[in-house]
Amino acid sequence: MSQGSMNLMIGGEAGQGLVTIGQVLAKALVKSGYHILVTQDYMSRVRGGHNTFTIRFSPQDLDSPCEGLDLLVALNQETLDRHAKELNSGAVVLADTGLSCGQAPCLNVPYHDLADKRYLNTVALGVASHLLGLDLELVAETLETAIGKKKGDKVVTENRQALEKAVQWAAGQDHGLKPPAPEKEPDQRMMLGGNQAIALGALAGGLKFLAFYPMTPSTAIALTVISHAEQMGVVYEQAEDEIAAVNMALGASYAGAPALVCTSGGGYALMTEGVSLAGMTETPLVIALAMRPGPATGLPTRTEQGDLLFALYGGHGEFPRAILTPGSVKQCFAAGYRALHLAEKFQTPVFILTDQFLADSLRALTPFDLSGLTPVRPGGGGASGDDYLRYAITDDGISPRRLPGMGPELVIADSDEHDEQGHITEDLELRVRMNDKRLAKQKGLRAEVEAPVFTGPEDADTLLVSWGSSQGPVAEAARRLGEDGQSVGTCHFSQVWPLAPEQFSERLKKAGQVVVIEGNATGQFAGLLKKEAGIAAQRFIGRYDGLNLTPEYILRQLAS
Amino acid sequence: MVDIKDYGDFETAWCPGCGNFSIRKALIQALAESDLAPHQILLVSGIGQAAKTPHYLRCNCFNGLHGRSLPAATGARLANPALKVITNSGDGCNYGEGGNHFLAALRRNVNLTMLAHDNQIYGLTKGQASPTSMEGMHTKAQPTGVHSYPFNPVAVAVSMHVGFVARGFAGEVEHLTGLIKQALAHPGLSLVDILQPCVSFNKLNTFQWYKERVYKLGEETKHDPADWDAAIRLSYEFGDRIPIGVIYTNDRPAFDSFFPVLQKGPLATQEVDYGVMEKVLESYC
Repeated sequence: MSQGSMNLMIGGEAGQGLVTIGQVLAKALVKSGYHILVTQDYMSRVRGGHNTFTIRFSPQDLDSPCEGLDLLVALNQETLDRHAKELNSGAVVLADTGLSCGQAPCLNVPYHDLADKRYLNTVALGVASHLLGLDLELVAETLETAIGKKKGDKVVTENRQALEKAVQWAAGQDHGLKPPAPEKEPDQRMMLGGNQAIALGALAGGLKFLAFYPMTPSTAIALTVISHAEQMGVVYEQAEDEIAAVNMALGASYAGAPALVCTSGGGYALMTEGVSLAGMTETPLVIALAMRPGPATGLPTRTEQGDLLFALYGGHGEFPRAILTPGSVKQCFAAGYRALHLAEKFQTPVFILTDQFLADSLRALTPFDLSGLTPVRPGGGGASGDDYLRYAITDDGISPRRLPGMGPELVIADSDEHDEQGHITEDLELRVRMNDKRLAKQKGLRAEVEAPVFTGPEDADTLLVSWGSSQGPVAEAARRLGEDGQSVGTCHFSQVWPLAPEQFSERLKKAGQVVVIEGNATGQFAGLLKKEAGIAAQRFIGRYDGLNLTPEYILRQLAS
Repeated sequence: MVDIKDYGDFETAWCPGCGNFSIRKALIQALAESDLAPHQILLVSGIGQAAKTPHYLRCNCFNGLHGRSLPAATGARLANPALKVITNSGDGCNYGEGGNHFLAALRRNVNLTMLAHDNQIYGLTKGQASPTSMEGMHTKAQPTGVHSYPFNPVAVAVSMHVGFVARGFAGEVEHLTGLIKQALAHPGLSLVDILQPCVSFNKLNTFQWYKERVYKLGEETKHDPADWDAAIRLSYEFGDRIPIGVIYTNDRPAFDSFFPVLQKGPLATQEVDYGVMEKVLESYC
């Protein structure tokens, strides 16, 4: 058992239905009163390969995935070969009678006796559910919802039969697995991943337009918006490429529809000219960038925090931007909402920077409180009629943004340097004033920066600094060190740009040593801290093997 | 009634004698005759001499990136179905840098009017070959002549069953005005590829060259624009004789019509229903 929680992994090939049963199992655990934290590790292929779906669950809220397995559901031999060494003491392996478990404590499931080969994953679900003490009816209902077909349908009936047979078989087995008791009378909880939460946050913020080109691991952001588009009055389009996506979003935003694009590194590379256009035309734009390891196509389905500086510097010329880096699924919702508001207020691009780990990580969450939320309301202000100046020079750099076609005022946007009306200019003195006006917005953005969150003692011997998805693993690593009597604190940045050093410099200087922990090889945020706040971290712990940070990884690195 | 004077007078950066002047004149005439006021229209353009057009008449204007007028126009139109959205860009912008967007726009069929100022040369960058330059044309960048086969936007659009495909000539302003008016009235994507002399850089396809070749469909020859086979044949006629007029039409429904939310007007005026949002969240429980 890992810290009062249990960690189970389902492993197999793509096409064996492991994600389906993983999601059903995760949802059933949530409905039964557990908190969950799912990590998905998959290869870039539709069939074959080796994929895993790992669920850590506990009656208490969880910050992070962990290493060590208590239950391994092996749908193929490769899963056993790769992961048997990760078993904790008291762990159980479920494997087909035909597979070789070696020394591992194994329950050999006679899959082929229990069901037709089409339902082997359902048998695995049934046996695992029983071992975890889950209610059969609840699991069956969850499975039916996942199948998406009505009762009485042949597929539903046969799945149900497979599930029942599996449970009957499991009931006669001696396994010794003791899952922690669930929370009694739990609140109703949603099961959501980071991608879904960003989409829902954006919808709650008044999103009206989405354009995208499919790219792992960001695609589920678009798919989530699209699944609610008709209900929420959103127009969407799968564009011909990322260049089209970002330019469509800018056209829509210019015309008054709060707009979102989602992509990953290579797609963002294609979008960068559009990002620069957003900066120049002062058109609100939200870019949800779910990172994966590069360069180039890299590891398409794995995780990394390697594009922080690319998000910060992508796009030619100098213009203001903000980069939000949510550390949890809950923060992803907040970031989706906030990014739309920031983009509209400051008329500039705003990034939500996540990674595959957070994007695909399912968690149990109390439904978000919508009270007090307001949608973005684009447009308004400024002089009327022919006196209207789209780019009127103001102290805070924010000019009145009218919408084309919504009144007699003409709204002019130009990618060239322009005058206050918006028309092309090569007046170089005006160019300087316009550039200054745009950059002045950075000051306003800076005043609204979300301050980093500290835990632990003020003058901790060791202060672990995280941004984005590394928050959870860092929090748990610090907690474990604290339990060992060490003086450890954490500092998490949910926004990495702009940075406001007055919010954190002093406390970072008080720490015995500052350790920046991020999922890349070069310490991009550590470098940014040094450049912007003059703080040189004593240590940097990076990970760039395509896998997410874990508390154990951090503890090993700290000890080495 | 809207008057052509409503569209104002502007100093331009075009060369004297440029075909863009005639296209601007025809556009303003067509807008006035269509009773469209400056604030009701949005001109979207990319980069190039043609793409400066929106700066030279009173209108809402989105002068974006090179090659990207169509996606930006698509987004704007899908955000506000009350806007009459028109793109003005050249052959390089539309068919070269923005080639993928052109193909996608033909398939998508958003209610836009695409005015392609086609002078078969790059003007702003001072005379390199464009996608529509004829084989053998010599430039400083193609000193041994253009070896690539010229792109035929009209044939491609007809082959894709685009709802309104026309070819105009900047030297026939009245005729062009009529084409633009019909394009504006078409409830889907309308393409008007406009032959336009470039007095500074295209010494091959001059005003005289076009003048000797163009003929108006419906005057000397009968043509039924609903006849796709005839339209395809016409779209390949580009040599001693070049047809101008409406080449092809159909009534394929516009992309916009598939979004019920757009029947309710501009997206900016529509409220977020937090009751519905609540239900959306519940669906994850």
